Amino acid sequence: MRGFFQHAAFRNTSVLIGGSLLLVLLIAALAAPLLSAFDPLQIAPRFRLKPPSEEFWMGTDVYGRDIWTRVLYGGRTSLLVSACVAAVALTCGMLIGLAAGYFRWLDGVAMRAMDGLMAIPGILLAIALVTLSGATLLTVIIAIVIPEIPRVARLVRAVVLSIREEPYVEAAIGLGTPSYKILFWHIMPNTIAPLIVQGTYICASAILTEAILSFLGAGLPSELPTWGNIIAEGRAVFQRAPWTILFPGMMLAISILAVNILGDGLRDTLDPRMQKRMGN
Amino acid sequence: MLRLIASRLVAAIPVMGMVAILVFLMLRLGPSDPALILAGDTATPEAVAAIRAGLGLDKPLWYQFLVWIGQLLSGDFGLSVFSRQPVIDMVLQRIEPTVSLAFTTLALSIVIAIPAGVLAAWRHDSWLDRLIMTFSVLGFSIPVFVLGYIFIYLFAMQMDWLPVQGFTPIGANLPNFLRQIAMPTLALSFIYIALFARITRSAMLEVLREDYIRTAQAKGLPESVILVKHALRNAAVPIVSVIGIGFALMIGGVVITETVFNIPGIGRLVVDAVLARDYPVIQGVILLLSGVYVLINLLTDIAYILLDPRIRY
Repeated sequence: MRGFFQHAAFRNTSVLIGGSLLLVLLIAALAAPLLSAFDPLQIAPRFRLKPPSEEFWMGTDVYGRDIWTRVLYGGRTSLLVSACVAAVALTCGMLIGLAAGYFRWLDGVAMRAMDGLMAIPGILLAIALVTLSGATLLTVIIAIVIPEIPRVARLVRAVVLSIREEPYVEAAIGLGTPSYKILFWHIMPNTIAPLIVQGTYICASAILTEAILSFLGAGLPSELPTWGNIIAEGRAVFQRAPWTILFPGMMLAISILAVNILGDGLRDTLDPRMQKRMGN
Repeated sequence: MLRLIASRLVAAIPVMGMVAILVFLMLRLGPSDPALILAGDTATPEAVAAIRAGLGLDKPLWYQFLVWIGQLLSGDFGLSVFSRQPVIDMVLQRIEPTVSLAFTTLALSIVIAIPAGVLAAWRHDSWLDRLIMTFSVLGFSIPVFVLGYIFIYLFAMQMDWLPVQGFTPIGANLPNFLRQIAMPTLALSFIYIALFARITRSAMLEVLREDYIRTAQAKGLPESVILVKHALRNAAVPIVSVIGIGFALMIGGVVITETVFNIPGIGRLVVDAVLARDYPVIQGVILLLSGVYVLINLLTDIAYILLDPRIRY
């Protein structure tokens, strides 16, 4: 384990800054009940639309609920959704990419399907999927996952195509090693570094997409405190109570920023080829 | 060259076919039954069956698909469940604000990002470069709707410079058009400025290392000529490709921006359709916008071929 923490990634400034920022957000979301004495759902008409003060750090919403509390609890949903989306999208994309890259007969069909999926604007696809199947945590996660899969599949396929010509893979084929062993033992490990990088970017995009879905009214049920829902509820009263949108919006931007900075740092240390492609 | 362009055109057809199959399957195999929705909650099973037969939903799936494709190809995108208007007419009525916003955003992003990227590459590792790159990370991270509300707060509520929301057609009243489109354009441009500036910088950095740049410097050409004529021209292919991708991705951003600024465009149409569960409208808009996406990618490919005679597929 010591060797793991000595990896160059842990000495990269971007990784450290992004990672610690993310850690703070994660702890704040988990420790929400300790950081606030209010209930995120309890309606209190007496306190409606109070500006930020010592009692209500970020003010209150139209139902008199403390926005700081709701933002903390909203962080739980955002982080949970983004972690699930990244895990599922990486797994599905990797399986499709491995299969398409390795089995020539599958390549054409699978990649045309991915092209078609990529041509549908991701946010519209997610909106349509959630609308068709009803908004629950599961459908929201699936709806955000599906537009992300083609990017992962393409990335993995490109790695497989370059690795399958390597002498050690040809040697394994020559020795009669079964395909699944070649795929999972010899080829898959090469995809892990680029996938970790891609996974962080997927997290950032999942946090954003979840918020957009809620904001447009196509996301998780509006009584759940998510950042998108808090912002959506603030829309009607924004000119009277701008804090209802500006604070949750800031939290949203900060978390996406943290994940992006982490992703840039990981890209620089884990995947030098990609760094060259992006040129910085 | 014409053959290249023709081969790109042909390659776009299977992608569109795939989009059609995916959208069709999503709507037909999804858990909600279109006949039940049309019939309403109080309909009898016989009424639902009649509607189902009327829509052809009792036929085999491949038959339904062929009929549907035939309708699409003849420009029939179906009727809205609620207004009973043809979907294609509803889209055409709403297209102007969306196209206006997309083009003002594209123009503003290019005008700001390309000089910024060139400057950052020219003064590589200077404070200017770092400033531009920091802005670019920020641009990637602040969601357009958050930015939109920050701008409304600053420019409309605090300083009272611009109207909060709304849209005026460009032909009706130019000054009003500009005043109302300014904030949405600025908000939506942020991420594209970040994206285009980043790619311009990296493409320029690569070209500036080439021998012919050193030759040009040795000849004593002015720096501005080297940067624009020698370097930018050669860095153009990746830049144009990212501008194409960015423009295609803008479709999603426009939907959100229109909601924030209450612009009656295609984005509002689709959001209203989602809230009302108006499936024909959702389906039609997705198909049309995916078509636009494929078309933009096609134009980008053609632009490469025109820009760089070395490209051969």
